[in-house]
Amino acid sequence: MTQYIVRRLLWSWVMLMLVAASVFAIFFILPGGSGKAGPGGHSSVAVMMAGKNPRPELVENIEQRLGLDQPVPVQFGRYIWRMVHGDLGYSYQSNQPVLEAILLRLPPTASLAIGASIIWLVLGVLIGIVSAIKRRSLFDRSSMVFALIFLSMPTFWLGLLAIFFFDGALDIYDVGSYVGITSDPVQWFKVMWLPWLVLALTDVAIYSRLVRSNLLEVQNEDYVRTARAKGLPEHSVIRHQLRSALTPVVTMYGLDLGILLGGAIITERIFNIPGIGAYAVHAVTSSNLPVILGTTVLAAFFVIVANLIVDIVYAFLDPRVVYK
Amino acid sequence: MSTETLLEVKDLRVHFPTGDGLVKAVDGLSFTVDRGDTFGIVGESGSGKSVTNLTALGLTDRNAANITGEVLFKGRDLLKLGKEDLRKIRGKEMAMIFQDPFSCLHPFYRVGDQIVEAILCHDKIPKKQAEQRTYDLLGAVGIPKPKERFRDFPHQYSGGMRQRAMIAMAMAHNPDLLIADEPTTALDVTVQAQILDLIERVKTEFDIGVILITHDLGVVSEVANKVMVMYAGRAVEMGTRDEVFGNPQHPYTWGLLESIPHVDHKGSKLVPIEGAPPSLIRTPNGCSFHPRCPHRFDPCDKDDPEIKDRGAGHPDACHLSAAEKTRVWAERQAPRTKAAS
Ligand SMILES: Nc1ncnc2c1ncn2[C@@H]1O[C@H](COP(=O)(O)OP(=O)(O)O)[C@@H](O)[C@H]1O
Ligand SMILES: [Mg+2]
Repeated sequence: MTQYIVRRLLWSWVMLMLVAASVFAIFFILPGGSGKAGPGGHSSVAVMMAGKNPRPELVENIEQRLGLDQPVPVQFGRYIWRMVHGDLGYSYQSNQPVLEAILLRLPPTASLAIGASIIWLVLGVLIGIVSAIKRRSLFDRSSMVFALIFLSMPTFWLGLLAIFFFDGALDIYDVGSYVGITSDPVQWFKVMWLPWLVLALTDVAIYSRLVRSNLLEVQNEDYVRTARAKGLPEHSVIRHQLRSALTPVVTMYGLDLGILLGGAIITERIFNIPGIGAYAVHAVTSSNLPVILGTTVLAAFFVIVANLIVDIVYAFLDPRVVYK
Repeated sequence: MSTETLLEVKDLRVHFPTGDGLVKAVDGLSFTVDRGDTFGIVGESGSGKSVTNLTALGLTDRNAANITGEVLFKGRDLLKLGKEDLRKIRGKEMAMIFQDPFSCLHPFYRVGDQIVEAILCHDKIPKKQAEQRTYDLLGAVGIPKPKERFRDFPHQYSGGMRQRAMIAMAMAHNPDLLIADEPTTALDVTVQAQILDLIERVKTEFDIGVILITHDLGVVSEVANKVMVMYAGRAVEMGTRDEVFGNPQHPYTWGLLESIPHVDHKGSKLVPIEGAPPSLIRTPNGCSFHPRCPHRFDPCDKDDPEIKDRGAGHPDACHLSAAEKTRVWAERQAPRTKAAS
């Protein structure tokens, strides 16, 4: 097991490098990127930073300062070297260290992701269980209809609809500015509950359907019949079913949460939450390469870590799994 | 010693309404099992053996099936009992083990814990005591080092050991009746014999009744003292082992007998029964076996033969006269006997 984890950790590093390399390559080659394909054989980024009608010397100066005059492999090598040492470079725009800037935006993103994930996990599992036990009931049918509705609604539309409804028509929510949980928990909750719901609803639909179908599948397993044959009361029989039906849900939850920690772009934008997703979008529109790289690598980091954790947890949940 | 009747099934019918029609899985079945019996139920797969016994145990969903008749267990009609009363009987007075020991234990729980759970759901005793009892049970069914194997998960057991563990679980409360539904079908031949031995030993030691379900007449001939041959949801022949094997009356029984590989009949041809089992939705008119029966005659496709003693000393459901049956069976056996000698 230890050997397995060590090997997985090494692989995680390789994955991170690959992600960094691909993003680096894409934004170097792309027009408007940092490669020297811009006007006059200069880097578009440097040109943009130099302002209107710059003198060529200024552009070259900027290129030098950013290291853009070096050969590409050297640039990438430097980037990786610094990254390994916890340095993701400086934002082209604010000159703030990228890592610092991202860490500043992690709490809003984490608040959003964790809050929403708790809602969809609890609601999804509960609705799924009730739907499976009361199969074909009114509850089951209506939850199916709602699931279809939420699944087919794009998040941005659902978000706008929610704002229109709760901020406008009902006026029980105000799209306000984000406040950290440590500075004002009440205000934090007031700002977060609607984005949580909007972000969670699609997953409530997915998770409840998954739990329901897993449970129905498990209901016909021989070991469930054994549980009944030995005289277990119904709630214990259901516990046996849940033990099997929920194991894959744990895996899915870990991965989904890992993805969300990298930033929920649309929800953050709509609800004005200064998280990593919103930051990344801004970086893309302003060709801020270090920030794009930093946010992407961080998102990849969360997904890779989530994968690792999920695999290790799974070995504890399913005794048949042996890692070598 | 007077015999004590454990289970008396009277005119049991289990019909499943499905999209394709009414599946008559069990259609008018009656039999009796006494304490001390090993009651063999034989028939091809799909003949209603499992449904019969699951229904007796209250494991057939009453909302999904129309169930009529009586299942008297120690005098009480199980079909009239409520869910909770049935649960209290299941595993306590009547236990069941199943065909596939690989899928019958929960893969995520330790074997020992699954048995402890079976003990605690009927007996409110301290957990330590239940664990001790589990060690004893595992030891009694022949699992070596029970204290260590208690902590194993099912996938760490071999098939035979899992079936032993299932038997240990079934015997946790010293039930009166053990139903074994094809307990050896999924196992290796050598292990099959050990499991059958174990069931026999358990039967004698605990002084219980056993229902042994199988599609293999060979298994029944070794351990059962009574035999019921089922076809399409009904019994077509029933009697003691000697009656059914020594003087078989029904052409379907003959077919089954001819498909047993005999050690002493080496070289003789194994004859599979021709044709497929009938649809349980549109059962044939008359005798349900007649489309596959080489001896069918005039009334077979019109009159449904009831199961009764037709002069052979034990009941069967075939229109042929007893004399005719003796002659035909002797004729069918002649080439086999010749090949063997
Ligand atoms: N819940 C059910 N709904 C519909 N048909 C069923 C159901 N359970 C069993 N059957 C049918 O009943 C018949 C008898 O099944 P079973 O008792 O399992 O046969 P056996 O154990 O003799 O092989 C089969 O044709 C099976 O398809
Ligand atoms: Mg069966």
